[in-house]
Amino acid sequence: MGRYVLRRLLQMVPVFLGTTFLIYALVWAVPGDPFEGKCGERDCPASYVAAMREKFNLDDPLIVQYGKYLLGLVQGDFGLTSSGVEVSTRIAAAFPVTVRLALVALLVEAVIGITAGVVSGLRNRGFLDSLVLVSTLFLISIPVFVTGYVVQLVFGLQLGWISPTVTTPTFGNLIVPGFVLASLSMAYVARLSRASISENRRADYVRTALAKGQPNHRVVGVHLLRNSLIPVVTFLGTDLGAFLGGAIVTEGIFNVPGVGGLVFRSILTKDGAMVTGVVTVLVLVYLLMTLLVDLLYAVLDPRIRYD
Amino acid sequence: MSRARLVPAAVAVALAAAACGSADTPAASNTEAGITIFNTEPENPLVPGNTTEVGGSRVLDPLFTGLVEYRAEDAQPQNAMAESIDTTDSKVFTVKIKQGWLFHDGTPVTAKSFVDAWNWTAYGPNATQGASFFSQIDGFDAVHPKDPDGADGPQAPPAPTAETLSGLKVVDDHTFTITLSEAFAVFPVTIGYEVFSPLPESFFKDRMAFEKHPIGNGPFKYVSREVGANIKLTRNDDYQGTDKPKFKDLTLKVYQSRESAYADLVSNNLDFLEELPPNALAGRQYETDLGERVVQRETLNNQTIAFPLYLKPYDNVDLRRAISMAINREEITRVIFEGTRKPADGWVHPLMKGYQPGQCGEYCTFNPEKAKAALAKSGYTGEIVLLSNTDSGHTEWAEAVVNSIKNTLGIEARFAPSTSFGEFRQKVNAHEMTGMYRAGWIADYPSIENWLTPLYRTGSSSNDGGYSNPALDAKLAEADKAPSEEEAIELYLEAERMLAEDLPVLPLWTQNTIAGRSDRLKVANLDPFRTLDLYTVEVA
Amino acid sequence: MTSQIAPAVVEQPRGLFGDAWHTLRRRPLFWVSVSLILLMLSLALFPGLFASGDPNLADLSRSRGAPSAEAWFGYDNQGYDIYTRVVYGARASIVVGLLATLGVVLVGASVGMLAGFYGGWLDAVVSRIADVFVGVPFVLGAIVILTTLNAGGDAGPVRIVAQVVLSISVLSWPVAMRIMRSTAIAAKQQDYVKAARALGASSVRIIGKHMLPNCIAPVLVYSTIALGAFIGAEATLSYLGIGLRQPVVSWGVMINSAKDYLRVAPHALLFPAGFLTATVLAFVMLGDAVREALDPKLR
Repeated sequence: MGRYVLRRLLQMVPVFLGTTFLIYALVWAVPGDPFEGKCGERDCPASYVAAMREKFNLDDPLIVQYGKYLLGLVQGDFGLTSSGVEVSTRIAAAFPVTVRLALVALLVEAVIGITAGVVSGLRNRGFLDSLVLVSTLFLISIPVFVTGYVVQLVFGLQLGWISPTVTTPTFGNLIVPGFVLASLSMAYVARLSRASISENRRADYVRTALAKGQPNHRVVGVHLLRNSLIPVVTFLGTDLGAFLGGAIVTEGIFNVPGVGGLVFRSILTKDGAMVTGVVTVLVLVYLLMTLLVDLLYAVLDPRIRYD
Repeated sequence: MSRARLVPAAVAVALAAAACGSADTPAASNTEAGITIFNTEPENPLVPGNTTEVGGSRVLDPLFTGLVEYRAEDAQPQNAMAESIDTTDSKVFTVKIKQGWLFHDGTPVTAKSFVDAWNWTAYGPNATQGASFFSQIDGFDAVHPKDPDGADGPQAPPAPTAETLSGLKVVDDHTFTITLSEAFAVFPVTIGYEVFSPLPESFFKDRMAFEKHPIGNGPFKYVSREVGANIKLTRNDDYQGTDKPKFKDLTLKVYQSRESAYADLVSNNLDFLEELPPNALAGRQYETDLGERVVQRETLNNQTIAFPLYLKPYDNVDLRRAISMAINREEITRVIFEGTRKPADGWVHPLMKGYQPGQCGEYCTFNPEKAKAALAKSGYTGEIVLLSNTDSGHTEWAEAVVNSIKNTLGIEARFAPSTSFGEFRQKVNAHEMTGMYRAGWIADYPSIENWLTPLYRTGSSSNDGGYSNPALDAKLAEADKAPSEEEAIELYLEAERMLAEDLPVLPLWTQNTIAGRSDRLKVANLDPFRTLDLYTVEVA
Repeated sequence: MTSQIAPAVVEQPRGLFGDAWHTLRRRPLFWVSVSLILLMLSLALFPGLFASGDPNLADLSRSRGAPSAEAWFGYDNQGYDIYTRVVYGARASIVVGLLATLGVVLVGASVGMLAGFYGGWLDAVVSRIADVFVGVPFVLGAIVILTTLNAGGDAGPVRIVAQVVLSISVLSWPVAMRIMRSTAIAAKQQDYVKAARALGASSVRIIGKHMLPNCIAPVLVYSTIALGAFIGAEATLSYLGIGLRQPVVSWGVMINSAKDYLRVAPHALLFPAGFLTATVLAFVMLGDAVREALDPKLR
């Protein structure tokens, strides 16, 4: 196990370097000077543009720029945004909000998705099963921004049941955006647990347990669920990683001050240091999450051993 | 606060009397209340000379008071910190500032505070966004030499030969003189912009500390900032200006989009949003959403289409006329903008002193027959391209304009969106436009001159299309030196009429900004620069 | 998104695909999705047959007109006929979906096959490169790529579509690659591959003749579902204002321009959104049906 983890950590190094370099190159390679558009309809003074280029090492060759950036990064220095604020301060402010949103979404996804999946998986081909199948198909097919917009419009503006935007990102206020964010994955979780349950229902160990005369609820609760939910749990793990980085649309619609909105705005305002900083953090989180999921898999399923 | 009202003396007395009178009766408004208004994340460090975008301006504006401010009702300049600004030749100005004013840290505001701040902003190596505003002051080239090959070129700009502007001289604690490199009668009007704000001693000692906690001399002082979320200010009770805010705390909340801010405004979670988003304007939805809470006024900006006169076929004046007369400005402002824009009939903004209607004449009026005739005369049958950046919502009208041209003239017309404003600006500057393009102007200072000289004089800073008309140049130069304001205005108007013949830029429309306030605010007005006039705010 | 598809191939005596077809024929879900897809494809191929108008003719005087006998789906804010545009918009949406799927499957499957077959350092390098692209969240990565590509300014329709296809493919090929790789690793251990090798078949022949036909099923299932997902992705990117744009007409572009007018002209958003959802639904259903047919464990 220890050697496996070590090997995985070593493998992460080139992946981390590759991803950050890719993003760095893309962000700063945008044709057009990132500082030319900073002064509205008027031209920026040449001295301003030159100084900003100097500050962000834009006059060096790309690889040197990246090297300098990486050097700072290793020392824990994410650099400054173009408004002169530490990138790390902004990430530190935004990241907890996104984590909160991701946890809410994960909870929604897990509770509703697993319940729906288990119920329909146990009653194969019944009305409930068809209902779950059809509704999940629809959830998968409707783009998240349509769901978000409709929810905000109907429940926020027309019915007035919810605050249309998140004013303070507490767990309670994040329930609605969490629902929207989770809607797609919820459908996947439901289908995954349904497939897993109906597959395992015919497994030998279930038959054995039933033959031994164990009560139905015990068979389902102890044997069937535990074994069927292994792939679901790992899916949830991967999804948490995705939620942490991919909530741009949801955060935008509900004005959640998390990393998604931060990075989208930074891209639009050409704040390269900010974008690369956020992406670096997200990539790190993602890599660690996948490692965790793989380890979790081994813990949950004794048949899997990493050596 | 640079863009606020200082009323003429007589009115001031009357107001003061009124203020005394109302002090006896219990005030209906809550003067200790706090309000929250819309903002975007400032893009630059919070230093007046380095801030030219709105997100930063909304913060710095209440923190600083310059020499001159613009009246909210008609944008006319009024002395604020200036006691007087005198000149005999429109070249040397003697500025006397008011005594007894303090910065928020308790240090006095002196002539030196202004001179040092201006010198700092103009100095090339400090690389401020606002440096070019000082280019008219004598000695600018010495402190801010031109980069020989442009900012992107490999060569560094030559080192400045001086650290301070030779045109600025401190006479005593409360007097200084400004010498311009050329006579410029409108100069005192231009210095209300916030890059001309004074800076305290502490700024020059520790700039980083200042950026974290700006110290100004304005009606509000800085309290705290939560980066990415909000900035809090509070009323400066020692403020020396004549007007005082009628509420205490001001929170500028950062929103990711005006759409989400609007949702908060409707549910009264936000007190003021100075420009409603398109989804609120659509079908005049805001009228049902906000009712009494709608705030609107005409603001000092316009929208135009500029022609790259360096590119065929746009150098053809008949084609330009055909295009202009093919645009149904009335219908587009009514349908696309829901009446929040007013068709423009000239290049000078209607709010400007001296504005004369109909300067563009028949060329800015929709007329399919004449448009077709002009097109036939031009002999052009190819495609018309309109370019615009789309990152701040120009798609809708640009598409409508293109469709209007296409349907009227019966030739191909295409809208080519550009997603990056930086890229768009750079191509405009480099004369690399491949079609006519969106342009617009927000007045730097409220003067008829600002709507003409920077845009149409040969080689002017914002004359991006390469328009050059010696007769117009001569007329503008004559107007700049005119002995009286009336004569100057007459000359500027003559210059404007010359534009109608050449149409280097098509005026499209001016803006009637629609803002909204919360139920809590009894009064909240817009000023002509599209920001909340903080002095008018009264909280219930 | 589709990582839960179990890559499973089980040898069938009658041949996997013949057997699958046998099963599929009896599934109503299959026929519903196929007819929907055929309808959308014919819209994309011959829009002129379904709508006689000009999709680029806008008349402001009919702005936001409600659906009527004259204009079945009404008019949008610019006064475009929504029905005509929905019909003509099918092409761009489906072309993006198809091309992106094609790119993802071609690149992902071939790279995955090579990595799975040869293993060793090739596998290690390819897997790490795949990790690089998977590590970037999809929407974020697409925004960064497209902002960079878009900054070029005045672009023609071909380039606009190509940019979107490229960014979707670049960020999604690792999924297909991983599916193919694990199938190939499993197939490599099978007797028929060992036998072919023992008989002296070249690597090219083993891959082309023996492994490919046996390994393609999971990737096929993935590609059907991915096609739907990519059409949705195009709409999301266009909604954010960085995907397709004028002069290209697509459902995503239509939704983007209609979103601000949702409250006054909901039909301008609902019709393209409906077509979009129906198309995505059709492909997801097809993928479902095909997967069930190909995977005996689910039957």
